[in-house]
Amino acid sequence: MLKIYFELNGEPMYVEIKPGEMLLDLLRRLGMKSVKEGCRTGECGACTVLLDGKPVRSCLTFAAKIKGHRVTTLEGLGSPANPHPLQEAFLETGAVQCGFCTPGMILVAYDLLSRNPDPTPEEVREAITGNLCRCTGYVKIVEAVLLAAKRRREGVWR
Amino acid sequence: MKKTGPVEIVKPKDLGEAIAFVRKGGMPLAGGTDAFVRIRKGFWDPPFLVYIGELPELREVEIREGGAEVGAAVTHAELLRSEVPRRLPIFRLVLEKLGAPAIREMGTIGGNVANASPAGDTLIPLYLLEARVNLVGPDGERSLAIEEFVLGPGKTALREGELIVSFWIPFPEGDPVPYFHKVGRRRALYIAVLSLGALLWLEGDVIREMRLALGAVAPTVVRPREVEAKLRGRRLSHEDLEPLCAELSAATSSITDIRGPDWYRREAAGRLLLGLLRLREA
Ligand SMILES: Cc1cc2nc3c(=O)[nH]c(=O)nc-3n(C[C@H](O)[C@H](O)[C@H](O)COP(=O)(O)OP(=O)(O)OC[C@H]3O[C@@H](n4cnc5c(N)ncnc54)[C@H](O)[C@@H]3O)c2cc1C
Ligand code: FES
Ligand code: FES
Repeated sequence: MLKIYFELNGEPMYVEIKPGEMLLDLLRRLGMKSVKEGCRTGECGACTVLLDGKPVRSCLTFAAKIKGHRVTTLEGLGSPANPHPLQEAFLETGAVQCGFCTPGMILVAYDLLSRNPDPTPEEVREAITGNLCRCTGYVKIVEAVLLAAKRRREGVWR
Repeated sequence: MKKTGPVEIVKPKDLGEAIAFVRKGGMPLAGGTDAFVRIRKGFWDPPFLVYIGELPELREVEIREGGAEVGAAVTHAELLRSEVPRRLPIFRLVLEKLGAPAIREMGTIGGNVANASPAGDTLIPLYLLEARVNLVGPDGERSLAIEEFVLGPGKTALREGELIVSFWIPFPEGDPVPYFHKVGRRRALYIAVLSLGALLWLEGDVIREMRLALGAVAPTVVRPREVEAKLRGRRLSHEDLEPLCAELSAATSSITDIRGPDWYRREAAGRLLLGLLRLREA
């Protein structure tokens, strides 16, 4: 057994990890149920989290790698009581149907907007290329990200 | 899909220890975007993994006199954010089409090359720029031309215990126009069914000098040097390029796999040459 220190959604963590454990399993074990297991082979994006602010696949990241690093899951952005502006935009535009892809989508959108505050629809589509959605057909997701981008430029953000 | 159990991962304290672990049979692990997928699917079953992704010797990007030195464990996203695409714009064209943002944040250039997939995207600029692969192992350091390093699908010149440390990518003379076109089965997140990269030195619309690299049409990426030679002095026009399409097709020794049959690749490879005409508009 190995104990590692890392930061999860702004909170310091000191946890035991199992040999060969993947970040996806560790995060779900710690109660971060927004992190979804879809394919486990890097293709669907449902397990995406931010590592030091950059999107990664938690299904292809071994848990020990995050020692000393900063991990953000959707729980770190907002909650039902206090939703993040991106979450609000997704709800308002109808970009959420079953919701399985939503956490990953919102995290890659968050990364995009931190790099590019005024993206074109094409740039939004390019940012979400690695995140599959079986329900919405993507149109509303792109709309939601553009709406959140607009609000971010108007100062509605955190 | 065969589910394998967890694999043990060791984190060596330095390069020397990494080499020692790899010599004992450990498989190098960088971004894990290929390794964990293949282990998961049951294609690979390494005794243990040796995490080399944070060894400082493998992490540097340095612009030097005459070229760029890029560490093997530099991720695609880091390379895109570095000075390299400004000096070598072919890298921007290729890396922006590789995987998706999260795959680019994880996957490394060393992992892409060590995989030696004929569809490995970073091989296209490395072949075009005639890069060298710097290796270190139990017997010391050596350096190979990229075309000597990649031997076939999944096959490289790596010896027991050897690691790729970095790539030396020489700056070409002048300012060649870069070109990259990747054909896939869908619009997002695709591995190349075939691809064509090129560097063109133009005088007006006349090709003074030209390098071509074809991906996924043979056991390795290929440089069709006869076609390159025949393109010299030709115009970037339909009449001048069309006659060479068949020759470009002939330069392929196609492979049939899950992404497409060989007759398609042969036919399509030749036609890719006409894509260069798009450069005229620019
Ligand atoms: C969803 C998805 C999409 C993808 N899309 C693309 C794509 O568009 N184009 C493309 O080319 N690839 C693509 N890939 C494949 C993969 O992401 C790349 O090949 C990546 O560059 C591999 O790097 P890595 O660091 O993750 O390799 P790892 O998985 O860590 O290692 C791969 C292999 O290389 C060896 N290795 C790694 N580093 C070294 C070193 N320094 N010395 C010696 N051996 C080493 C390892 O032992 C292993 O055998 C995709 C993968 C996924 C999961
Ligand atoms: S579960 Fe990780 S990408 Fe699908
Ligand atoms: S909302 Fe169901 S997968 Fe996207």
